[in-house]
Amino acid sequence: MALDKPYKDVPGTIIFDAEQSRKGYWLNQFCMSLMKAENRERFKADERAYLDEWAMTEEQKQAVLARDLNWCMRTGGNIYFLAKIGATDGKSFQQMAGSMTGMTEEEYRNMMLKGGRSAEGNRYLGEDGDAQPQHQPQGKSHEPQQAAPGKKG
Amino acid sequence: MARITASVYTSHVPAIGAAIDLGKTQEDYWKPLFAGYDFSKQWMKDNKPDVIFLVYNDHATAFSLDLIPTFAIGTAAEYQPADEGWGPRPVPKVIGHPELASHIAQSVIQQDFDLTIVNKMEVDHGLTVPLSLMCGQPEAWPCPVIPFAVNVVQYPVPSGQRCFQLGKAIRKAVESFDQDLNVQIWGTGGMSHQLQGARAGLINREWDNAWLDQLINDPEAAAATPHIDYVREAGSEGIELVMWLIARGAMADVAGGPAPKLAHRFYHVPASNTAVGHVILENS
Repeated sequence: MALDKPYKDVPGTIIFDAEQSRKGYWLNQFCMSLMKAENRERFKADERAYLDEWAMTEEQKQAVLARDLNWCMRTGGNIYFLAKIGATDGKSFQQMAGSMTGMTEEEYRNMMLKGGRSAEGNRYLGEDGDAQPQHQPQGKSHEPQQAAPGKKG
Repeated sequence: MARITASVYTSHVPAIGAAIDLGKTQEDYWKPLFAGYDFSKQWMKDNKPDVIFLVYNDHATAFSLDLIPTFAIGTAAEYQPADEGWGPRPVPKVIGHPELASHIAQSVIQQDFDLTIVNKMEVDHGLTVPLSLMCGQPEAWPCPVIPFAVNVVQYPVPSGQRCFQLGKAIRKAVESFDQDLNVQIWGTGGMSHQLQGARAGLINREWDNAWLDQLINDPEAAAATPHIDYVREAGSEGIELVMWLIARGAMADVAGGPAPKLAHRFYHVPASNTAVGHVILENS
């Protein structure tokens, strides 16, 4: 019998359920290891070598190396675990959350100061809110850099 | 006998802890938030409990994916603040109340709630930020604390209805404890926030405040809120609000007593990614 998963039609949202958790077990346990200062040092010294100590998929390792938190989440990561990578990099929760929207840090911070993202148009897939797939990425963090025209920022 | 005298509800954003620890509470960004807790700090001094039963969630700190208890009660003598990746918060260690905690565990399990009993764990910002907001920066916390951790990280989390019923069972358990203790029950987490994906940063001021109205005046209705409503209206992490229903279910009116007195209500946006809600209810 099919499981009840009514949250599949919420735009821009991956619910960390038992299925995602199963996929992401080693990715999240790797993140957990970064709670020890000694492991943070070893990871920073040689990220690839440290990742290779874990039974993660190659895609999960690539997602971590790219610091692409949306990609990490698609492969089973959970934000509270992934936050340990951000902490290792010296990033705040706001910087991490903002990085998943395509906005610059300043754009995201300003959105929050103005009262946050509206739920209007963002409740169901197929509406027209700013979190819908047709409006990604948001903001300017993906616009070409002046110094290197044509390259992704 | 022991009795529950009041319930306290508050968000537990990690950045709030950082603002306190780094002395930023009077900066323009944080000042309005902390002003909302001035009343609460005085109230804590005037209404000092003997024990705080503190409902919170662990954020991949004490519990990794190796072990995911839905409801876990701390029966240890003490708990150290955890290093969540930024170093441990410079706050006092948390002193437990093993005797009352064990009593509650036995009573609540006999009322058909299958608690996990924890004799060793560290506590993260989910538990220490509410203590800092309510007590400031003391040398020691004002009283023993019983940590009660709820899984709201991996779906499915317990339903609001289940949490509300659990609150009722906790009330019965407390009242069957022989010592005269003044116990407060705190529900923490929320309000609307989403920390992930293209929808990160979602805040829903209207929904939050309507839910607060229900929590205070019609808790049965608040408890009936389905999971999907929290996700859709209050963001994927807004689901933390089910923890407030445990505290609300332990209040006297739910067991046929008089309605609680609303001592304080506060709401503020933003604290980092989150809408902060705060309520104090007193039993008459």
